[in-house]
Amino acid sequence: MKALMFGWEFPPHILGGLGTASYGLTRGMAAQDDLEITFVIPKPYGDEDQSFAKIIGACAVPVVWKETSRERVQECIGHIMNPDEFFYYRDHIRYDFRRIWTNDLGCIEFSGRYPDNLVQEIGNYEAVASVLAHSLDFDVIHSHDWLTYPAGIFAKQISGKPLVIHVHATDFDRSRGNVNPTVYSIERRGMDIADHIICVSNLTRKTVIEKYGQDPSKVSTVHNAVDPIPNAESYKKTPRKEKLVTFLGRITMQKGPEYFVEAASRVLARTKNVRFVMAGNGDMMNAMIDLAASRGIADRFHFPGFLKGAQVHQMLADSDVYIMPSVSEPFGISPLEAMQVGTPSIISKQSGCAEILNNAIKTDYWDIDAMADAIYSIVEYPAIYQTLSEEGRKEVNAITWDKAGLKVREIYDRVKR
Amino acid sequence: MKKINFYFQVHSPYVLRRYRFFEIGNDHYYYDDFASENTIRELVDKSYLPANAIIADLIKNTNGKFRCGFSISGPTLEQLEQYAPEVIDSFRALADTGCVEFLAEPYAHSLSAMFNDKEFELQVKKHSAKIVELFGKKPTAFRNAELIYSDEMAEKISKLGYNTILIEGAKHILGWKSPNYVYGHPYLPKVRLLTRNFTMSNHIPFQFSDTSWSEYPLTADKFTQWIADAPAEEELFNIWLGYEAFGIIQKDYTGIFEFLKALPEQAFKRGIGFTTPSEAAKTTPIDTLTSPYPLSWSGEEKDLSPWMGNQLQEEALNKLYSVAERVNLCKEKALKRDWLTIQCTDYMRYMSFKNAWGSTFDSPYDAFTNYMNILADFLLRVDAEYPTSIENEELNELLKTINDQEKTISEQEEIIKKLRKRKTNI
Repeated sequence: MKALMFGWEFPPHILGGLGTASYGLTRGMAAQDDLEITFVIPKPYGDEDQSFAKIIGACAVPVVWKETSRERVQECIGHIMNPDEFFYYRDHIRYDFRRIWTNDLGCIEFSGRYPDNLVQEIGNYEAVASVLAHSLDFDVIHSHDWLTYPAGIFAKQISGKPLVIHVHATDFDRSRGNVNPTVYSIERRGMDIADHIICVSNLTRKTVIEKYGQDPSKVSTVHNAVDPIPNAESYKKTPRKEKLVTFLGRITMQKGPEYFVEAASRVLARTKNVRFVMAGNGDMMNAMIDLAASRGIADRFHFPGFLKGAQVHQMLADSDVYIMPSVSEPFGISPLEAMQVGTPSIISKQSGCAEILNNAIKTDYWDIDAMADAIYSIVEYPAIYQTLSEEGRKEVNAITWDKAGLKVREIYDRVKR
Repeated sequence: MKKINFYFQVHSPYVLRRYRFFEIGNDHYYYDDFASENTIRELVDKSYLPANAIIADLIKNTNGKFRCGFSISGPTLEQLEQYAPEVIDSFRALADTGCVEFLAEPYAHSLSAMFNDKEFELQVKKHSAKIVELFGKKPTAFRNAELIYSDEMAEKISKLGYNTILIEGAKHILGWKSPNYVYGHPYLPKVRLLTRNFTMSNHIPFQFSDTSWSEYPLTADKFTQWIADAPAEEELFNIWLGYEAFGIIQKDYTGIFEFLKALPEQAFKRGIGFTTPSEAAKTTPIDTLTSPYPLSWSGEEKDLSPWMGNQLQEEALNKLYSVAERVNLCKEKALKRDWLTIQCTDYMRYMSFKNAWGSTFDSPYDAFTNYMNILADFLLRVDAEYPTSIENEELNELLKTINDQEKTISEQEEIIKKLRKRKTNI
C-alpha cells in the first residue's frame, strides 16, 4: 500500500498543532511494514526527519518546463531533492502552468506559512499536486486540513485514486460560527469530493456532518495521540510553597480565557495559597489583564507571555493544575502534554480530547463554579492531586500514534478499489 | 429437607447535592431532597410496594410456609418514613405475620466496622432500636453493610449479642466447600456463619432477562430444579440480593414478579421449604470458616476495593473517621444526623474507578471533590464544637468536669454545711 500525503507543516518547523499531529500520525503509521508514505509539504528545510517517510518539497517540484543544468539544480535544491528526481518530475509535466510565476528551475516558491495570499498559495500547491499525481505511483491520497484539500482533489481527478481527507479543525471552531465563505467553500468542496473523511474527535465529526452536510457513513473519528516527550522524567517540579495553576495557549476567544480568570477569582476568594498563570499571547490578552485587575486578583495572576519548546514543558511540570477551558477545541493536545509530566488537567467538555481522557477533570467551559471547584479540590486535597498525576501519566502514555495509525490503515483498505 | 433462605437488602442512600467549595462554612445542608425523594419514590412504586404485596400474598396463601428476611438500612428507613410511610406500614404488616425476619446492621450502612469499634457498636445498637420501634421485633441475626466480614469482626459482633452472621460465600474462604451449609467460627464456638450462594443469588438480578445467557429464560421451575438437583446433604440455599432486583434492575415486563409468585409452588412441589436466617442457623455447623482478611459481597474479588481501593477513598475515609470520637462526644442533633448520613458506603463507591455504578457524579474525581467539600464543612462544624487543638483525652477530662459540675458543687455544699454546723456546734 502506497499513500501520498499532502500536509502543510512538518516538525521541526511548525506553527501550530497541525504539524505535530500529521508528523505523529505518519510516524505511527510507519510502524506498518507494508505501508509506504510519501509526504508532500510546501517548503521543507532539509532538517526534517525522513527516516520513516519520504518527504517531497513542493517548492522543488517543477511545474513549468525550463531548460536548466544539473549543477544549477544541485545548487538550488540539492539540500532537499536529488537532481535525478527533479528531472523525472520535469518529464511528467502535463499541463501548462505558465500563468503562475516560477523561478529559473520552473518551480513555485512557497512560504510554507500562513501568508496573506494564502488562497493563492493553496492554488499553487494544486499545480504541484498535478505533476506529482502524474509522476508517482500510489494507492490512496491523504490530505491534512483544508489548505491541502484542493491539491488532494486534483490528484484524485488525475489519478482516479481514492481521496481521504483529515479534518484537524474546521472554520467553525476557529471563528465560533462566523465562517469565512472562502474557507468554507474550500472545506466543503474537499469533503464533498473525498471518499472518506477522518476527524480528530467526535465533536469535529458532528460539525462535519451537521454544518457541512456530509453523509455520516463516510465520516470517521480517529483521535489524535501524543508523542512521548523526550526525557519526560527530567522535568522536575521546582519546590515552592504556593500552588500554581496554568493556562497555556493562544489567548483568543476560542480558548475561553475569560472563564479561567473568573474561576481564579472565585478560588482566590477562599484560599490565598494559589497563583495563576496565563501563558501565551493573542488578541484577548489585554482584555484579560484588565479583567484580572478589575477582579482585584492581579497580584496573583500572571502573564509571562509566549513560551517555547522546553520552557513549555518546564512550565507544565512546575504547575499543580493545567487548565484548558476551550469553548471549542477540535482535539487539544496540550492537556496530554501536561499529563505526560504528571500535572493534573482540567479540560472543557467541549474539547475533543475529553472524549478519550478519563483521568482528567472535565467541566463545561461556561461552568465557572465547577472549574473553580476542581481547582480548589486539586490544590487543597493531596489525594486527588496524587491520583490524577499518577493515573493521568499512565493513561496518556498508553495513547500512542501507532494505534491511531492502524485505524487510518483500516480506512485506507476500505476506500481502496 | 432442603430450604431456601431468602434475604433482601433494602437500601438507598440520600442523594448528596452539588456542594461547591465556596459554600464550605456557609451552608450546612448537604442533600438533594428532590433527587432523594425521586429515587425513593421510584424504588417504592416499581419495586418495594409491588414486591411486598406479593410476599404478603405468598405468606398468606402458603399458611406461613413462605418465609424470608429483610435488611433495611437506617438512611433508607428515614427516607421511607419521610417520603413513603406506606412502605413502613407494609413492612410492619409483613413483620406481624411472623414469617419475616429483620436483620441487624450498622445504622448508617457504613464501613464503621473497619475504622472505629465504638462507632460500629453505637450504630448497630441504633439500628436495632429503630427496627424495634418500627416493626416491634428485635433482630437476632447480623449482616454487615456490603456483607463485610472477617474473623476479628465476628468478635465485635458476637459481643453485641449477635451469633448468627451472614457472610459472602466467597471462593477464597470456602475453597472446595459448598456454601449450602451452616459453618462455624474458628475460635468462637457460639457463632454461626451463613454463606451466600452467590451464583444462584446473582441469577435473579443480573441474568434473569439476559438473552445471551445460556440458561435464559430463568423460570421458577428451573431455579427450584437446580436446588433439587444439588446433593441431598446440601440443605440450605442462601439466596440474598438487593430488593430492587424486583422491578428496577429487572423491570416489571421481564416477568420478574411472576417469577417470585411462582417460586413457592414450584419449591413445595420438589419438597423444598423456606426459612429465615435466624432459624437456618439453629443447627450444628458442619465445619469452620477462616477469614483473616475482610471480605465483601462485591464483584469478582469479593474484597473491600470498591470502597477503599484507591487513594481518593482512603483520604476521604481517614478524614471522616478521624473525628469519630469527637462527634460522639457532641450533643448537637443536626451534627450527629449528618455524621450518620455521610458515612454511607455508596459515597465511597462513587469514587471508585471500576465500581462507580449508580453514581450521581460525572467521574470519581467529581464525586471525591464534592464529598470532600461536604466533609470539609462537616469537620469545621465539629471543630467549632470541640477545637482540634485540644487532644481527645484532654477533651474527655474537660467534659467530665463540666458534666460532673452539678454533682461536685452539691458535694462541696454538703461539706460546707457540715463544716458550718461543726462551727456553730462549737
